[in-house]
Amino acid sequence: MESNLKPSSETEDAPIAELREASKHYGAVVAADGLNLSIRRGEFLSFLGPSGCGKTTALRMLAGFEAPTSGDILLDGQRVNEVPPHRRPVNMVFQHYALFPHLTVAQNIAYGLRQRRPRPAEGEIARAVDRALETVRLPGFGPRRIWEMSGGQQQRVALARAIINQPKLLLLDEPMAALDKKLRRDMQIELQTLQRSLGITFILVTHDQEEALSMSDRVCIMRSGRIVQMGSPRKLYDRPASRYVADFVGKSNFFSGRVTAVEAGRTELAAAGGHLIAGGAPVEIAMGQTASASLRPEQIALHRKGAGGNTLPVTVINRIFLGEHTEYLVRNTDLGEFLVLVSRQAEAIEGEFEPGDQALASWQDGAALILGDD
Amino acid sequence: MQRQDLRTWLFLAPAGAWFLCMLVLPLIVVFVFSFGERGPAGGYVPAFTFDNFLNLGARWAAFKNTLILAPIGTLICLLVAYPLAYFLALRSSPRWRTLLLILVIVPFWTSILIRSYAWIYLLGGQGIPSLLNALGLGNPRLINTPFAVLVGIVYGYLPLMVFPIYVALERLDKRLLEASSDLGSPPWRSFLQVTLPLSMPGVATGCMLVFILLMGEFLIPAMLGGGKVFFIGNALVDLFLQSRNWAYGSAVAVALVLVMLVTVAAYLRLTRRWAGGRDDVSLM
Repeated sequence: MESNLKPSSETEDAPIAELREASKHYGAVVAADGLNLSIRRGEFLSFLGPSGCGKTTALRMLAGFEAPTSGDILLDGQRVNEVPPHRRPVNMVFQHYALFPHLTVAQNIAYGLRQRRPRPAEGEIARAVDRALETVRLPGFGPRRIWEMSGGQQQRVALARAIINQPKLLLLDEPMAALDKKLRRDMQIELQTLQRSLGITFILVTHDQEEALSMSDRVCIMRSGRIVQMGSPRKLYDRPASRYVADFVGKSNFFSGRVTAVEAGRTELAAAGGHLIAGGAPVEIAMGQTASASLRPEQIALHRKGAGGNTLPVTVINRIFLGEHTEYLVRNTDLGEFLVLVSRQAEAIEGEFEPGDQALASWQDGAALILGDD
Repeated sequence: MQRQDLRTWLFLAPAGAWFLCMLVLPLIVVFVFSFGERGPAGGYVPAFTFDNFLNLGARWAAFKNTLILAPIGTLICLLVAYPLAYFLALRSSPRWRTLLLILVIVPFWTSILIRSYAWIYLLGGQGIPSLLNALGLGNPRLINTPFAVLVGIVYGYLPLMVFPIYVALERLDKRLLEASSDLGSPPWRSFLQVTLPLSMPGVATGCMLVFILLMGEFLIPAMLGGGKVFFIGNALVDLFLQSRNWAYGSAVAVALVLVMLVTVAAYLRLTRRWAGGRDDVSLM
């Protein structure tokens, strides 16, 4: 790769790329606001957030299409703020692939190698292209024209065109957005396998939480130009730092209220109607503060009868059969509607609930999380 | 189904009739005339002879001027128009773009005749040459030279070249340039490898438009070439209106049409290749 970057810190634990207080302003609009992030060598990292949260800006700053207004971008320990994209050892898979329509599949894939100086021999390029086509499972498609390829195939070509350059970072900008659901699932698995076998650091931008959670080693949740929380998918799911994250990562029910007790490992919240909900607080919350109790639908069970704490009388409103699970929408007179996910086994014991049935919703002590509203 | 067919035919009828009366029939007449003879008082007398075609060499100067100046004029138009179209499509601010585009076509609002008169004055003795003389740069003769004709051609035909290229560049997916840059290509190489090839359909359309019209041009050579630099168009005017040799004039016209057909065929071949063998890409 043509580059003015000297390999400096090739040690295993030195980050391959870093954002340091990186901000990007477009006039009065703040697209990225003091991003701090250290990307590990060989990891699969996702930027997750709604559109306009700054995830694409972060990606484009790493690629070199945008220079940060303030702060620094580092690649392999070197500051690259002013290095143009064509001198960065980084490649991107564009959202709509941006394949060259006037070139064949093979010519598209060879494009990066042909830009190198000194230019590799044609035979060498041809072999590399064949290998790349094998890798993305499109052997023999080299002579085809771009428009002869389906959406999924075009995506593989875009992937091959990027990985052939063996970039330090492979940036993927919503690469699955244009694929249908079935194909997207296949491609996700394939991408993940590919990332492991190539050992290239992948950075994915997506607004699809399922995609981010299923593929990434770490997910970086963004909102209005800032990183809200960062961690492994499991950590984000189990210990969300805020209601925003809990809402974005998986489904959850939220009950707003005021914090009435804070003890070691146990925070209590008084929700509407005086219902007390207790649980852990991943981020410390002060007494008297307004907050939300988050309960995942699968953490709630439905019973016909019973008693005790953590129990709410509810009316079943709706039922959706999901195969392995059944999702019930229930209503409590004080707390309103919420979702309950009941497994097949649980249903075998309690039987199916019909809309209109009275039931009791309950959860285990400590299942709830008390999260700050932001 | 039948009604559908009838409707299609009805819609096509006006254009079809126009084509038949204004293009096909006159072409047949010209073709037939080209094998005839000149009447004693001019005009046409039916005959079957190849003399007119064998005699084409007598008008070689007109063919030569046309076949040299039309391609050169097209080329200069292209070289001037491409940077202009590039600037308009990719560099100018969207706020000014419409105004700038209008400025490109403003000359079309006045007759080419009047504009050519302006050039006669500009290139004539009292125009640019006298200015150069005053600056001590000699007193070159400009009017009635191939140079004057080329100036008139570039001036008159530039908008026809600018617009197709502008459209091609405007339609260019800018993300392709980002992709090229991302893959390690510096901006100038991205231009050569992405922008230029993808604007070729526009270039081809502009060149064809200008070239075809130039092959039939007679006003600019007549006014700025002063009878010294004449095109086939001027020869045809002369043959039909002055010498009244309709048969020979028709032969010259048929020869011109043949040259055009060869050129258009070559053009279609080339553009097909540029479009990568894709037939559904409209290039005109």
